[in-house]
Amino acid sequence: MSEVHAEAAVHAHAAPTGFIRKYIFSLDHKVIGIQYYFLALVAVFVGMFLSLLMRIHLVWPMAHLPLLGEIKPETYLTLLTMHGTIMVFFVLTTAPQSGFGNYVLPIQIGAPDMAFPVLNMLSFWTTFLSFVIMLAAFFVEGGAPLHGWTGYAPLSAIPSAGPGQTLGADLWIISIAVFCAASLMGALNFITTTLDLRARGMSLMRLPLTCWSWFITAILGLLAFGVLAAAGILLLLDRNVGTSFFVPGGLVMTGVPVKHQGGSPLLWQHLFWFFGHPEVYIAILPGMGVASQVLSTFSRKPIFGYRAMVYAMLSIGILGFVVWGHHMFMSGMSPYSAFAFSVMTMAIGVPSAIKTFNWLGTIWRGRVRFYTPMLFAIGFVSLFVSGGLSGPFLAQPQLDINLHDTYFVVAHFHLIMGVAAIFGIFAGTYYWFPKMFGRMMNERLGQAHFWLTFIGTYAIFMPMHYLGIAGHPRRYSQLTEVKFLEPLMSLQEFITIAALITIGAQIIFVINLFWSMFKGAKATANPWEATTLEWTVPSPPPHDNFGGRVPVVRHGPYEYAVPGAARDYVMQNEESTVPAHS
Amino acid sequence: MLVVIWLITLVSTYFFYTGQWSPLPLASAHGAAIDKQMALTMVLMGVVFLAAQLGLGLFVWKYRDRSGAPAATYSHGHIGLEWTWTALTAVLFVGLNLMGYNVWAANRIHGAGPNAMQVEVTAVQFTWYFRYPGPDGKFGRVDYQKSDASLGNEGALGLDDTDPASKDDIVAGVLMLPVNKEVDATLRAQDVIHNFNVPAMRVKQDAVPGLMVHTHFTPTQTGDFEVACAELCGLGHYKMRGTVRVVSEQEFNQWMAERQAEKQQQ
Ligand code: HEM
Ligand SMILES: [Cu+2]
Ligand SMILES: [Cu+2]
Repeated sequence: MSEVHAEAAVHAHAAPTGFIRKYIFSLDHKVIGIQYYFLALVAVFVGMFLSLLMRIHLVWPMAHLPLLGEIKPETYLTLLTMHGTIMVFFVLTTAPQSGFGNYVLPIQIGAPDMAFPVLNMLSFWTTFLSFVIMLAAFFVEGGAPLHGWTGYAPLSAIPSAGPGQTLGADLWIISIAVFCAASLMGALNFITTTLDLRARGMSLMRLPLTCWSWFITAILGLLAFGVLAAAGILLLLDRNVGTSFFVPGGLVMTGVPVKHQGGSPLLWQHLFWFFGHPEVYIAILPGMGVASQVLSTFSRKPIFGYRAMVYAMLSIGILGFVVWGHHMFMSGMSPYSAFAFSVMTMAIGVPSAIKTFNWLGTIWRGRVRFYTPMLFAIGFVSLFVSGGLSGPFLAQPQLDINLHDTYFVVAHFHLIMGVAAIFGIFAGTYYWFPKMFGRMMNERLGQAHFWLTFIGTYAIFMPMHYLGIAGHPRRYSQLTEVKFLEPLMSLQEFITIAALITIGAQIIFVINLFWSMFKGAKATANPWEATTLEWTVPSPPPHDNFGGRVPVVRHGPYEYAVPGAARDYVMQNEESTVPAHS
Repeated sequence: MLVVIWLITLVSTYFFYTGQWSPLPLASAHGAAIDKQMALTMVLMGVVFLAAQLGLGLFVWKYRDRSGAPAATYSHGHIGLEWTWTALTAVLFVGLNLMGYNVWAANRIHGAGPNAMQVEVTAVQFTWYFRYPGPDGKFGRVDYQKSDASLGNEGALGLDDTDPASKDDIVAGVLMLPVNKEVDATLRAQDVIHNFNVPAMRVKQDAVPGLMVHTHFTPTQTGDFEVACAELCGLGHYKMRGTVRVVSEQEFNQWMAERQAEKQQQ
């Protein structure tokens, strides 16, 4: 009974007609999903542009760029901070979860919309506001902050600690706090929707792995963003009201005594990483979901070890909250806690390895169709392996003595959380684009985009391991001051050239995206011959997704190659006579 | 696909293997154990890397969709296999970690020996100051609030003259150390977090304002070794370079005696 009521409540809003209600302040999860997606698209280009400037400055520090002139060392740190922040928050948190999650989750579970459409709209516009505030930091006096995306206190807590640490740093913190509010709203919505709005027959163990990943990500978000918001507010108070949460007494900054007393710089790091580590899973879990979905679809084979995949994601989610200290091995934290954190971190490698084996198992004895989404999903697995295997180095505190804050870390997190997650986004884009826009993306451009990006990212990030092993510290804006860095310059040049090419290749993607939106071949309801519910409705789906009908789910999400079935796949709602697996 | 994945894998492995870009030549006693654990991890992870990537490449090639290919197998997995690789990776990862425990313990859990030489390392945006306690073996009081870089090394730290223990403290801009003698370094910071990172010595530890963090090591080679700050500390982070100069015990004692004499004349 209650289910019917919930449905009715969501149904109540009819399709809006005015442009503003339809496309700007829309309550429709599909429009909101696309809004999030485009916000992330803008953000990723800003972020990429910043990284390009950084790479150029690193190897040609004296270069005069058109319009921008010469980049100063402190500007490098500003670019670094904004690049990291924008990529982590506005790309990796926004596109996979809020973008695709919003668009696809309700349809995949057979619901007409998210549980709280107004909250959904509000969380998008709050995210948007947060992005505007973040960008505004570039334009205020002193510019954007240079304290890195981790914002370690006291550097972040005392305005005189460096240029950009004045108003720019305040805006940075406010933007993040606003972002946290938006993410909390989104997380609530995702959790409620997944729990309450599933269609009849959609038991938890029939949920597509994408839905599991969005659900678990939402729970992580709910627990992590609250802490970051609190930490941000405390930092803001330290900066502006004279409290001392993060600043100890007796300090002198640029020759001037600091009027703070009794705070702890390590407290900030604990709070930040309590959020920060789960955040990397927030970024990557949806990518895992997409990779699973796409690998199964295009291998024409059920996912290998569905339950193991669910349990692995759940244990990653849980363990993800007890490993934050692995970022702090060199921080002066107790060496006993460091060891405990390192054991826990190694343990989290186990579910990650399970996922990898299961992906390989899914391809094994399948019949692989190489469409662009599949290429990116395979690329995802490859990058996940490469980025994942540097984890066990960094998870050992004794090795972190060599590797902490070197380019090895930069290589590690870019491969696993940066590029792997981006590959998840690309796979999702090529996969769901036909559903979202009713047209197919161009396959040829897609393949070209994949090959350039795949080879390019390896060319950028693989050599960074070597730099790190050779001791190259990260966050260095120039390599001219330290002698042992000189022999590493040629490798740095190679990386910059690879970055130029790879970033250039993204133009292919943009062209493909916009060209296909208007000129692509018309998509059928189920172009990939996939099984989940979004492929049972027209492309694009009607306003309430199922045209008033309520789907009934009869099968698990990945029924491919079912013996005796009419086709090589059985859709989730199909009244098949073949007794397919649960 | 096969070709590209295999190529990337093999080329990457080749460069790891040849070690063209390797750590700086080792110049400390404890570093050997770190490097050994690093090499072990490299081999183990290298094997997994090769197996996983080559397997991925092989699978996507072997099971590609082409005319005449067999239909995909209808299988939802294999519980036995799941448990096998869960157990294997658990043993591999956690085992590797436990094997490294002694290295970590020797570095951080056990302190320096009783005869270690005491030095204090103070980080300030964007320089390092090194202080020796002098014959009394005690560091005198410092008050950063009184620090004044124009008064030279001692003044820059804000060394309190009224404290008798500070009378014989020596402050230097280069960390002079006698070879083969254990050093117990106390790290402090005057403004923001910095990191005392001596790559050749396999030494890395944050210097945190408000904390006194200890780290200890024994230089085994004479010569100059670079300190390269490894914690973002502001606009000059990239040039926050310092020098550790390791000399024979004799030379060290001579240097120390000269500095003491200078200090007592003032
Ligand atoms: C074309 C692709 C990219 C290039 C060339 C690139 C380049 C860089 C460079 C040069 C740094 C500074 C390293 C240092 O000095 O420590 C950096 C830092 C960073 N990047 Fe990227 N990046 C790319 C993509 C991404 C993506 C997709 C993400 C998303 C996670 C990302 C997240 C970060 C973060 C979090 C930092 C650290 C910022 C900090 O230290 O505060 N990057 N990147
Ligand atoms: Cu972490
Ligand atoms: Cu520094």
